[in-house]
Amino acid sequence: MSENNISTSAPRDSQWREELRKATPVKERTSIPRVKMPELDPAYRVTCNEEVNQGLSEEAAVLEAKRCMDCPDPQCMTGCPVSINIPGFIKNIERKEFLQAAAVLKETSALPAVCGRVCPQEKQCESRCIYHKMKKEPVAIGYLERFAADYARNSGETASPAIAPKNGIMVAVVGSGPAGLSFAGDMAKRGYEVTVFEALHEIGGVLKYGIPEFRLPNEVVDVEIESLARMGVRFVKDCIVGKTFSYEDLHGMGFKGIFVASGAGLPRFMGIPGENFNGVMSSNEYLTRINLMGAGRPDYDTPVLKGTHVAVIGGGNTAMDSVRTARRMGAERAMIVYRRSEAEMPARVEEIKHAKEEGVEFMTLYNPVEYLADEKGRVRAMRVQRMELGEPDASGRRSPVPVEGAIEEIPVDLVIVSVGVSPNPLIPNAIKELEVSRRGTIVVNEDTLQSTVGDIYAGGDIVRGGATVILAMGDGRHAAAAMHERLSK
Amino acid sequence: MNKILEKEHFSEKVVKLIVEAPAIAMSRKPGHFVIVRACEHGERIPLTIADADPDRGTIMLVVQDVGVSSHKICALEPGEYLTDVVGPLGQATHIAKVGTVVCCGGGVGVAPMLPIIKAMKQAGNRVVTVLAARTKELIILEEQVAPWSDEVIIMTDDGSYGTKGLVTAGVESVIKREKVDQVVTIGPAIMMKFVAQLTKGYDIPTMCSLNTIMVDGTGMCGACRITVDGKTRFVCIDGPEFDAHKVNFDEMLTRLRSYN
Repeated sequence: MSENNISTSAPRDSQWREELRKATPVKERTSIPRVKMPELDPAYRVTCNEEVNQGLSEEAAVLEAKRCMDCPDPQCMTGCPVSINIPGFIKNIERKEFLQAAAVLKETSALPAVCGRVCPQEKQCESRCIYHKMKKEPVAIGYLERFAADYARNSGETASPAIAPKNGIMVAVVGSGPAGLSFAGDMAKRGYEVTVFEALHEIGGVLKYGIPEFRLPNEVVDVEIESLARMGVRFVKDCIVGKTFSYEDLHGMGFKGIFVASGAGLPRFMGIPGENFNGVMSSNEYLTRINLMGAGRPDYDTPVLKGTHVAVIGGGNTAMDSVRTARRMGAERAMIVYRRSEAEMPARVEEIKHAKEEGVEFMTLYNPVEYLADEKGRVRAMRVQRMELGEPDASGRRSPVPVEGAIEEIPVDLVIVSVGVSPNPLIPNAIKELEVSRRGTIVVNEDTLQSTVGDIYAGGDIVRGGATVILAMGDGRHAAAAMHERLSK
Repeated sequence: MNKILEKEHFSEKVVKLIVEAPAIAMSRKPGHFVIVRACEHGERIPLTIADADPDRGTIMLVVQDVGVSSHKICALEPGEYLTDVVGPLGQATHIAKVGTVVCCGGGVGVAPMLPIIKAMKQAGNRVVTVLAARTKELIILEEQVAPWSDEVIIMTDDGSYGTKGLVTAGVESVIKREKVDQVVTIGPAIMMKFVAQLTKGYDIPTMCSLNTIMVDGTGMCGACRITVDGKTRFVCIDGPEFDAHKVNFDEMLTRLRSYN
């Protein structure tokens, strides 16, 4: 298989693409307005868990694909962490070869239906689109990616990618989130015997326990997992590498390489008074109870605290997922409390828009300083400090500074703390030879993702500390390529 | 899926299960726990491993029927399966030869205490075990702890067995008659709180093993967090054992009532 990131299956100079370019004048392409994603009505969607974005129709997708000018030097691809052949798949949509489009995506991305839904395209591929130079909205690459992947899934034609003959070499993957799955797919394609060990009772990692159904239906994830299983990837649930099996045990079983993709599993708290009161919890706990454990659904045993006035602390995608979940769990008042202004929020623009449509209040430039509880120990109010923006900090964002004396008390009965995660210490604790950074992340060679222990590679949030699905997937791909090179020497 | 091979009722509400879990039986150490799901839509709850047989590939769990999930687990019969058993989790008990160790367990807390009693004895300590419960029929594992204890003191609230009185009275009677180098306490949070208060007065190092609410059991959610020495700690990855003199038991008791 090709190690080259530029796909060979839909080269730009192929005859059909040349014809397609000639068939429609540029002026006509650029005059088409960017497609709008059909969405469920906000009033309805807060009553259920149904996916908000409904996906493009065939007609809408083909029209949007027509906007893409098939640039000779497509900048969009430079914005993609896994260098998807973007014009290659989009032009296949334009000529209505939807399965071909999906096949192009699959060459570089193990989870296109997932990425099409959760990638921050506005910061990646779409941010580099030529349309920006014309002061127009970029091609809706993310919507088109989702369209092609969904089309393939719904067609029932589950064409697995070409797989090299089995080489009999066993490799282990620790964690079944985006990094682990992407690594597993790439190694299976290369002929390796891949076993994925997952600590939880479900495969999918953050895609299952973290991202809610209304943004990423579990079914979408399951189809991708089934596709990997058909490629020969073995999944072992309820198994914690470093606990159930040691590093030495894995050697004993015959594994020649290990990819650690155990995620950023440790929620951060702010360390302010009252943070351990009942009704104050991490977004990880809140989302896991609801997404993974089924809390709130009939016939599921796991409970979750419900709130009438819910504050979610933080401004990232997980905060948006939590606050929108709170609305769906019946919160009358659901607030985002964020210490900077909306411009600095790390959440995707679409998540912020959706949250606002769903009636979420944005308390920007506020920072909680204390929680107060009732006589039973349940949180009843938060004290928040008004902030203002000062000088830019290390992250380049203007840093929030407290406005002296400006403290308010706001009634809340549920607080979800979503101020980030730290790397899970389980693996670093279990394998002492692994070099770990001060932040607790596994130290790896930037190019190969190889750790300080020769046969252990690592990627995703255990290395990055807290990033995106697509960056994790990119790590999985890079680690697979590097491990393959090492093992085939 | 983990098969239940044996089941024994210690009392109406307390059940001992021998569960097939070969990998866990091999790798577990005293102090470790597992997360168990009784059924497909079940909760994930932590249970301390009371014993293990690596040759047979089994672990022993002792479960008290106190809620939805423990009720479902207690209702399972030999030949049936737990949907999930994952572990071993947590930090293993720090076992060292210190001299005389008093191990006091209340109610089902005696089950997680059993491997610690064994290990303490094997490390060369003099082990005095204090078993406490409300009434005679709730005293469990007396026969199993006896071979590993230099002395077993039984305390019951109603005096139906052993000496009438609370666990603290049993522990204090030992402290008053001989030099005690360490106390280990496992049981209801309220019991551990009072044992900690007692031994703090005598300045005896005391270790407790905490059983808090958990979801994943691997550090991911923070449901199990408690305050130790003024700092937030996670029972699942930092514990389950802590210096009992530094644990904020009142906060823990409140947090245990989160869903009541």
